[in-house]
Amino acid sequence: MAGFIFKRLLQAIFVILAVTLIVAFAIRLSGDPAVMLLSGGGNVTEQDLQNIRQALGLERPFHVQYLGFLEGILVGDFGKSFMGATPVSALIAQALPATLLLAFVSLLISIVLSVPLGIYAAVHRGRWPDQMIRILSLVGLSFPNFWLAIMLVLLFSIVLGILPPSGMEGPESFVMPALTMATILTATNVRLVRTSMLETLSQQYIMVARSKGLRDRVVLYKHALRNSAIPLVTYIGLQFGSLIGGIVIVERVFNWPGMGTLAFDAISNRDYPVLQGTITVLALFIILINLLVDIAYGLIDPRIRTE
Amino acid sequence: MSDTPNRQSEALLSVRSLSVEFGTGSGPFKAVKEVSFDVQPGKTLAVVGESGSGKSVTSLAIMRLTDYTGGRITGGQVLFRPNGGEAIDLVQASDTRLREIRGNDIAMIFQEPMTSLNPVFTIGNQIAETLILHQGLNGREARLRARDLLQKVRLPDADRLLDRYPHQLSGGMRQRVMIAMALACNPKLLIADEPTTALDVTIQAQILNIVRDLQQEMGTAVIFITHDMGVVAEMADDVVVMWKGEKVEQAPVRDVFASPQHPYTRALLSAVPRLGSLTGQPLPKRTPVMVMDGGVAKPVGGTHEQNTADYTKPILQVDKLTTRFDVGKTFFGRVTHRVHAVEEVSFDIYPGETLALVGESGSGKSTIGRTLQQLVEPTGGTVRFDGRDMAAMSQADRRRLRQEIQYIFQDPFASLDPRHTVGYSIAEPIIVHGLIKDSKARERRVHELLDQVGLQPQHAKRYPHEFSGGQRQRVCIARALASDPKLVIADESVSALDVSIQAQIVNLLMELQERRRLSYLFITHDMAVVEKISHRVAVMYLGQIVELGSRQAIFENPQHSYTRKLLAAVPIADPQRERAKVRIEGEIPSPVRPVGQEPAIHRMREVAPGHWVAIEADSLRGAA
Repeated sequence: MAGFIFKRLLQAIFVILAVTLIVAFAIRLSGDPAVMLLSGGGNVTEQDLQNIRQALGLERPFHVQYLGFLEGILVGDFGKSFMGATPVSALIAQALPATLLLAFVSLLISIVLSVPLGIYAAVHRGRWPDQMIRILSLVGLSFPNFWLAIMLVLLFSIVLGILPPSGMEGPESFVMPALTMATILTATNVRLVRTSMLETLSQQYIMVARSKGLRDRVVLYKHALRNSAIPLVTYIGLQFGSLIGGIVIVERVFNWPGMGTLAFDAISNRDYPVLQGTITVLALFIILINLLVDIAYGLIDPRIRTE
Repeated sequence: MSDTPNRQSEALLSVRSLSVEFGTGSGPFKAVKEVSFDVQPGKTLAVVGESGSGKSVTSLAIMRLTDYTGGRITGGQVLFRPNGGEAIDLVQASDTRLREIRGNDIAMIFQEPMTSLNPVFTIGNQIAETLILHQGLNGREARLRARDLLQKVRLPDADRLLDRYPHQLSGGMRQRVMIAMALACNPKLLIADEPTTALDVTIQAQILNIVRDLQQEMGTAVIFITHDMGVVAEMADDVVVMWKGEKVEQAPVRDVFASPQHPYTRALLSAVPRLGSLTGQPLPKRTPVMVMDGGVAKPVGGTHEQNTADYTKPILQVDKLTTRFDVGKTFFGRVTHRVHAVEEVSFDIYPGETLALVGESGSGKSTIGRTLQQLVEPTGGTVRFDGRDMAAMSQADRRRLRQEIQYIFQDPFASLDPRHTVGYSIAEPIIVHGLIKDSKARERRVHELLDQVGLQPQHAKRYPHEFSGGQRQRVCIARALASDPKLVIADESVSALDVSIQAQIVNLLMELQERRRLSYLFITHDMAVVEKISHRVAVMYLGQIVELGSRQAIFENPQHSYTRKLLAAVPIADPQRERAKVRIEGEIPSPVRPVGQEPAIHRMREVAPGHWVAIEADSLRGAA
């Protein structure tokens, strides 16, 4: 196990290097932050721009800037934002919990919905409950999340006026963003649970469990579910990446004070340190989640544990 | 008759006109048609039949487990009298009542021990589950009782086993756990669906012994579902023969074997290979097979001695062949363990000869076949084909060798590409080796081959799924013959087939041998088939040959303790014969060894001309 985690950490270092390098390089192609900072400031001379670049350290060669950034990561210093000189780590510390909370609530809703629905569909394969669940999941998959988000706002905030349209205040503010995210997750997860469950239910040990006289509920949720969980857990690990991607848009629509909003603003403002910082932290989280997934395999399936 | 009211009232279980249907795309399929039989308390009823006979569906329908496989009981009764009193009709019983009976009054053992235990729960947990559910024991009591049960099925080290997971146990051990689990609540009736089919023959003998002993001890009635007439003869009091969903015969076991009434039963019994049937005869022999033809059994083929072997110059010489596989590696990629699949094995095969390579799982017999077919690289030793050393051959020569050595696999379902016509599959070796360039001539050749294996030329345009298992194996044989090989390696090629089909395929192989002077390396675990088909036999154990000699020498005068054990373990399809006195114990050891610990190579001793026996180490003699 220790060797396994060590291997994974080595991998993680290379992933972080690659991600940060691409991000740092790509954002520098998008324009000059100095121009952004001084735009709308009346007369701007070349000297003003030069001064700002100097102050931000942008006149240095790329590799020097990049190495400086890496050096900062090692001591937990992501530099300061170009906008208002707030330390990036402070911005992230504010935004990260909001995003993680939203992501986990969405995932939780999705699991709580998709596991029983998927099992129900598998048990009733080919009959109408299965057809209904499959049709609904296809409908759920077909909604673009931003459209769904806007429709929810229209209905619950503008027409009915029962939910706050934006911001993160109190549990009711979670309802719409989490529901938006969970819809698409559930739509895919239901299908995954169904397929995986069908495979498991055809196994001999399920018939053995039934021949022992166990209740259907015990057969399904004790004997079958844990055996079907491996593909589900794998998929949730992978989903986490796209979940983070999707969250940028949803956070935008609901004005959610999270990493998505932070990254979005950083891109618009060419705020290199903030963008590099947020992307690095998100990448770290995705790596961490996938490491947890690998550890979870062993907990779920003793065959993997002893290998 | 067994249906008299008197007998009926004693019966523990009375199945009355039971019919089961499955919904398919093309309408309902009647899997079981109006089947009736009784099971008496403490007795064993064998239900025999071949694939598609409905025997397994019947076994599932008794506890209404067919509900979960898409089956529907369309008529009949299953009357169960757990306490000799009022009968419960399980077909009409409520789900709650059924659940009380399942696992408690009626328990079941299934065919595949490798998949019948849940991989994510411990052995102890799975046995205790039944006890907690039906007997109201608490966790600690159930665990203690589970340990007792494991000891009852003669599993060593029961305490530690409780916390083990199924994948850490061998197939035989898992089947014992399954038996322990089934017998946990002292059921009145045990339904065993092919419980030993997937096991090695020495392990099968042990499992049958355990079932028999426990049945006597606990007074359990058993329904034994099987296709193996040998097992029937050893286990059953009464026999029900099923054919195409119907019961065609029911009688006490001796009567079924002595005077079978229904033509199908007669056909089935005639096809069963019987160990010892060729005693006193030096050569293998083709015998007629009874085949069902529209409700009547007709004999096919004649009696013919297989005098085909030419012992002047061997076609294949294998000398000290060794094949090992690396398993287990350290963090830095250094090998820690190796599978010693084949260790210094030497044998020759002569033109027109069948050499049988017999052994149980892990004996290395299949690895030898794969090495000869160049699917696996040998670690050491030499293989000469027609006098030429395989290792010294050029790439082109090696390719040509693949044309001269062909392979027939065990599973005819998996070894044909489902997306190609069988004509294409048969023509493929001809195309690959560039044997016939003209497409018309190639087509003629395919038709000729189909004809030789007993199929029709127009079958060439069909796809594998349109054939039955036996027909598919014929297609595989046609494909193997397409490149006009000299040696055919048949790896368990008839093991998965129903006996009546098996007998026909064996006859076909022998007929083709005579016609084309083919040599066969016949790899199998089935001693009875070996006796019928082979000229010489090599017995393998843990990667080495322990005995090699003529078929007659091996079967009539076995010298090595393992050969004797193997022969003693084979169930004989003759209820009159007394059961073997030898108690077979012990698992087959693992061929995996840590690096550096080489196995000792047996030295061979010639006890009679051409009859070689390994000089035994004490450990092996002790195990037998």
